[in-house]
Amino acid sequence: MKILAIDTSNVVMGIALVEDDVVKGEITTNIKKDHSTRVMPAVQSLMKHCGVTPQELDLIAVARGPGSYTGVRIGVTIAKTLAWSLNIPIVGVSSLEVLAANGRYFSGAISPFFDARRGQIYTGLYRYNGTELECIKHDRIVLAEEWASELKARKEAVLFIGTDVALYKNIFQRHLGEYSHFAPAALQLPRPSELAFLGKKKEREDAHAFVPNYIRLAEAEAKWLAKQEGENKHGDGYSISIHDVK
Amino acid sequence: MNHDIYVLGIETSCDETAAAVVKNGKEILSNIVASQMESHKRFGGVVPEIASRHHVEQITFVIEEAMNKAGVSFSQLSAIAVTQGPGLVGALLIGVNAAKALSFAYNIPLVGVHHIAGHIYANRLVAEMKFPLLSLVVSGGHTELVYMEKHGKFQVIGETRDDAAGEAYDKVARALNLPYPGGPHIDRLAQEGKATIDLPRAWLEEGSYDFSFSGLKSAVLNTLHNAKQRGEEIDPKDMAASFQASVIDVLVTKTIQAAKEYHVRQVLLAGGVAANRGLRTELQKQMAKLDNVELVIPPLSLCTDNAAMIAAAGTVLYMQGKRADMALNANPGLELE
Ligand SMILES: [Zn+2]
Repeated sequence: MKILAIDTSNVVMGIALVEDDVVKGEITTNIKKDHSTRVMPAVQSLMKHCGVTPQELDLIAVARGPGSYTGVRIGVTIAKTLAWSLNIPIVGVSSLEVLAANGRYFSGAISPFFDARRGQIYTGLYRYNGTELECIKHDRIVLAEEWASELKARKEAVLFIGTDVALYKNIFQRHLGEYSHFAPAALQLPRPSELAFLGKKKEREDAHAFVPNYIRLAEAEAKWLAKQEGENKHGDGYSISIHDVK
Repeated sequence: MNHDIYVLGIETSCDETAAAVVKNGKEILSNIVASQMESHKRFGGVVPEIASRHHVEQITFVIEEAMNKAGVSFSQLSAIAVTQGPGLVGALLIGVNAAKALSFAYNIPLVGVHHIAGHIYANRLVAEMKFPLLSLVVSGGHTELVYMEKHGKFQVIGETRDDAAGEAYDKVARALNLPYPGGPHIDRLAQEGKATIDLPRAWLEEGSYDFSFSGLKSAVLNTLHNAKQRGEEIDPKDMAASFQASVIDVLVTKTIQAAKEYHVRQVLLAGGVAANRGLRTELQKQMAKLDNVELVIPPLSLCTDNAAMIAAAGTVLYMQGKRADMALNANPGLELE
């Protein structure tokens, strides 16, 4: 079984080609350059090096967020278009879960996170149960301070993983003291091969209906919904009409 | 030509997710449009983030519909043409990346298309182009006079220096408390009113084919404001008629002047505002006075954003050898060359 994995949900861009239990190849960058011009060339190059054609793929795995709205949409758009056009299944994996996978040999809880600006982070809490990665607190957006004090109450070791560690290390250390552990640089980047292996176990989804997990509503939509609630009206009064205008 | 050219067009520059298949650059086999207008109505205008989210939801479904309705397989496609810009960057990115993925999956040549080139080529789905020609492009984001000496070669001889005509329509519509989108409402009201209010016309320097609508827009807002201060009432129908008369006067006069100066054989109307009845009527009237110049106005469904026009323009560019690779990017400020 050949799996192509794509993660463009955050600054780190990752592409992997996995065949059965073997990682055939990976491309990972951690630079602040736009994904749109680089993802498809990376996919093309990796598959060429590995001698695999698009028609030989069996599954597309994609990091579906949370992360940068634009970033996650680029990966999801490519993934669902490939899956639909090649007539193969698509699976989505939480971008945080992929990152948490780097904590495989850590015995405590794992908190993968991405900076979400203004003191907020996207995070969740995970743990390895043998070889299985389990989610113990679902993905959310939360103030780093709030998250740190919530974790402190658990009185257990926590491994923080992410490229934005420098921004929040002080906060986590202040709240958790010796319970806080930080992944070294080489383990801070989500690995696209982990995305492929996690994806293998997820439920297959319909490519057409596949959408990112933004965690948050678009700002305009949230405001609009709040206003509707204030006026006691119904929330989702719109539809998208599709026509053949030929 | 001994074999047919099938091109898939993809367009996501604003609030329509669209895909179409066009044969030989002229014949529409399918033209699918998923309109988000109802969604954006809630906010009184297009919200970029919401538009991008809807595009991701719709994109593969819309492309599949276009392929199915056309009854064409991927292996039959000569090329995929996608709107590269200008437009909303987040929205453009969806079409561009879907097009690249599809191009990669089936090794189909990829062509990036300028949105305005698409609007102009919508005309080729109605009548064969005769060069040299002049196209008046009027939409929510654009007001341009484009001269074409041959296929695929565009020369912008005039453009707006501030607001696009469509933008002015939206702002005036808002001032008259008309629902979004305001253009069609103003056009409708204008038919019922009389152009009795004196509003400015921005001719700019002698010989310039550029446009300016912000002065006109301000004049409308001031007139409404002053009347309100004095407790007078202005009939919205007359204001709509006066505003529309000013816009159309400038658009049509400059188009006719340019058509004469450049000795064109054809004048093409393009863009969403081409649906405007007042503009169509006046342009037809004035063009009738010119000898040997043909006027082409596409049907409404081809004036507003669609992908058949992108496929039509893409077909010509493909035949001319233009190709994009996997690094193709969305370019919100793309220039028409
Ligand atoms: Zn347009």
